[in-house]
Amino acid sequence: MIARLVEGVAPRTLAALAVLLAFFIAAPFFAGDYLLTVLILILYFAYAGQAWNVMMGFAGQLSLGHALYVGLGAYIAATLFVRFGIGPWLGLCIAAPVAALAGAFIGFLAYRFSVAGVYFAILTIAVAEFARVGFDHLTWTGASAGLFLPVAQYVHNDLWNLRGHPVMFYYILLGATVLAFVGCRALLQSRIGYFWLAIREDEEAARSAGIDTFRYKMMAVMISAAMTSFGGVIYAFYYNNLFPEQVFSISQSILIILGPIVGGVGTLFGPILGAFVLETIAESMRTLLEGVGVDLPGTNQLFFGIVLLLVVIALPEGVWPWLIRHFGLEERKI
Amino acid sequence: MPADIFLNVAVGGVLTGLVYGLMALGLSVIFGVVRVVNFAHGEMMTIAMYLAIALFSAFHLDPLVMLVPIALAMFAFGYLLQAGLINNFIARPEHSQFLLLIAVGIIIANVLLILFGPDAQNVQVAYAFESYQIGPLIIDTTKLYGGLAAIVVATALLGFFRYTAVGTAIRACADNYTGALVVGLDVKRLYALTFGLGAACVGAAGTILLLLFDVTPAVGPAYTLLAFVIVITGGLGSMPGALIGGVLIGLTEATAGLLFSPSAKSMFAFAILVLVLLFRPQGVMGRRAA
Repeated sequence: MIARLVEGVAPRTLAALAVLLAFFIAAPFFAGDYLLTVLILILYFAYAGQAWNVMMGFAGQLSLGHALYVGLGAYIAATLFVRFGIGPWLGLCIAAPVAALAGAFIGFLAYRFSVAGVYFAILTIAVAEFARVGFDHLTWTGASAGLFLPVAQYVHNDLWNLRGHPVMFYYILLGATVLAFVGCRALLQSRIGYFWLAIREDEEAARSAGIDTFRYKMMAVMISAAMTSFGGVIYAFYYNNLFPEQVFSISQSILIILGPIVGGVGTLFGPILGAFVLETIAESMRTLLEGVGVDLPGTNQLFFGIVLLLVVIALPEGVWPWLIRHFGLEERKI
Repeated sequence: MPADIFLNVAVGGVLTGLVYGLMALGLSVIFGVVRVVNFAHGEMMTIAMYLAIALFSAFHLDPLVMLVPIALAMFAFGYLLQAGLINNFIARPEHSQFLLLIAVGIIIANVLLILFGPDAQNVQVAYAFESYQIGPLIIDTTKLYGGLAAIVVATALLGFFRYTAVGTAIRACADNYTGALVVGLDVKRLYALTFGLGAACVGAAGTILLLLFDVTPAVGPAYTLLAFVIVITGGLGSMPGALIGGVLIGLTEATAGLLFSPSAKSMFAFAILVLVLLFRPQGVMGRRAA
């Protein structure tokens, strides 16, 4: 199993991975509160981006509405916790299947009627927006006034109820990111993964070759949705407050997919690298502007937009494929 | 509920829907020809809306008068955007084009935020609170003028595509890209023209819409999405479909606002989208793809 996972990976890549992992494990010991917050954000987007990548990067299904799954995960887990005292891990056991069902609903609507490409993407946004407006009016979960988890000073990290210090969330997210990375690698090396890539490259050809494309596309959506919902659970318990305006918003969806697209769609490293690059740009932009003394709302975002534009123009495939070509990290041809 | 209240709301919804339809028509034209998803469509409309606000506060011109210069300015903007940036992305994968336009949208929204601030703004025309009364029917003047202006602009655009040589050439590009290249059409220039026309269309729609709604710099994505819902509802690639889809969505929103809560109205637009995809995936006016 493990041999299969590392099959054909250059030793250099493995070494780089080990160093990276060691860095992330050690980071909380020397990072201050601010840096830790940034690292948590990076890991959150790396994880959610990896989940999105399963759908788009592997199976070629462009979703622009992943906020739906984040929101469902966050709201279901938080509501169960606030209303019934049910812990987040049990909440996840309900949230993940619900998110997968929501994904299945979208997939079923789209794939049965061959709503593909851009129109599929619009459908994903529309369902996410539907959910946003719906939760805005659902008084049972606080409607647009928001849902709040009880906050208190916790002496101990309560891993079971996810109450505790940011460092705990950091390590949970790190674990999730590593698991998602390994899991995605395993999926790619399996039969499903090969079918997905076939569908991504040429759906007609895949179907002619006897692949049940409907079934495998549905699997991609459902796996991706369930994975993303865990990100939502962590979101809820880390921030302790939920607003439909934020958690279901289009910008949440866009933030999730920016990482993998900037890092490299369809690559395992893209989401992680992309999240790292984007957060670094965003944070240094903020620091820089504060240093210069510019304090106009929007300037930060404006520069972010410009940098994003330049990255899209200059690195069409993303940062990771570019790095691979320049540092000889590619897999050996067997 | 008395029938005349419902009728009044329905007529208002139809008139607003015509303006929505004009906005969606711009999107439909761009996507139908250039095959690029204009995810900055709503943001482009906010540019036009702020242009109208700036012109209004400077010269106190009626938005319906400013419609022409603003549409021209937006045409230039769209032409340059396509010629300078998007033409290089034609052959790129969809998500790459998407990201490009998202970046453009972020830039537009934040430039507007820096220039005009985050507060909602609108224009107060002299006839803002006037209305026409026909029997039991009371129609807001702004909505009536807006709906009529939308019909005029949309008709002009449809006429342009049907009866002029350039319009025919653009339709040729949409029907058969390779064929258009073979007969020697300058496809890239025609694409730029098309994007310009789409931008002019949404610019006109934005100027009119300012009679009916406030604008904030952050309102763009919601309109982009609305435009898409309308285009899919009306039927892909059908220009009259965009207008009819707009009317349908305008009517749905108005009715939902009356029967439920106005803030929940967009939910019903999305519900219409899901219903259309379920029962008539080719759209109200679309032909079923082979």
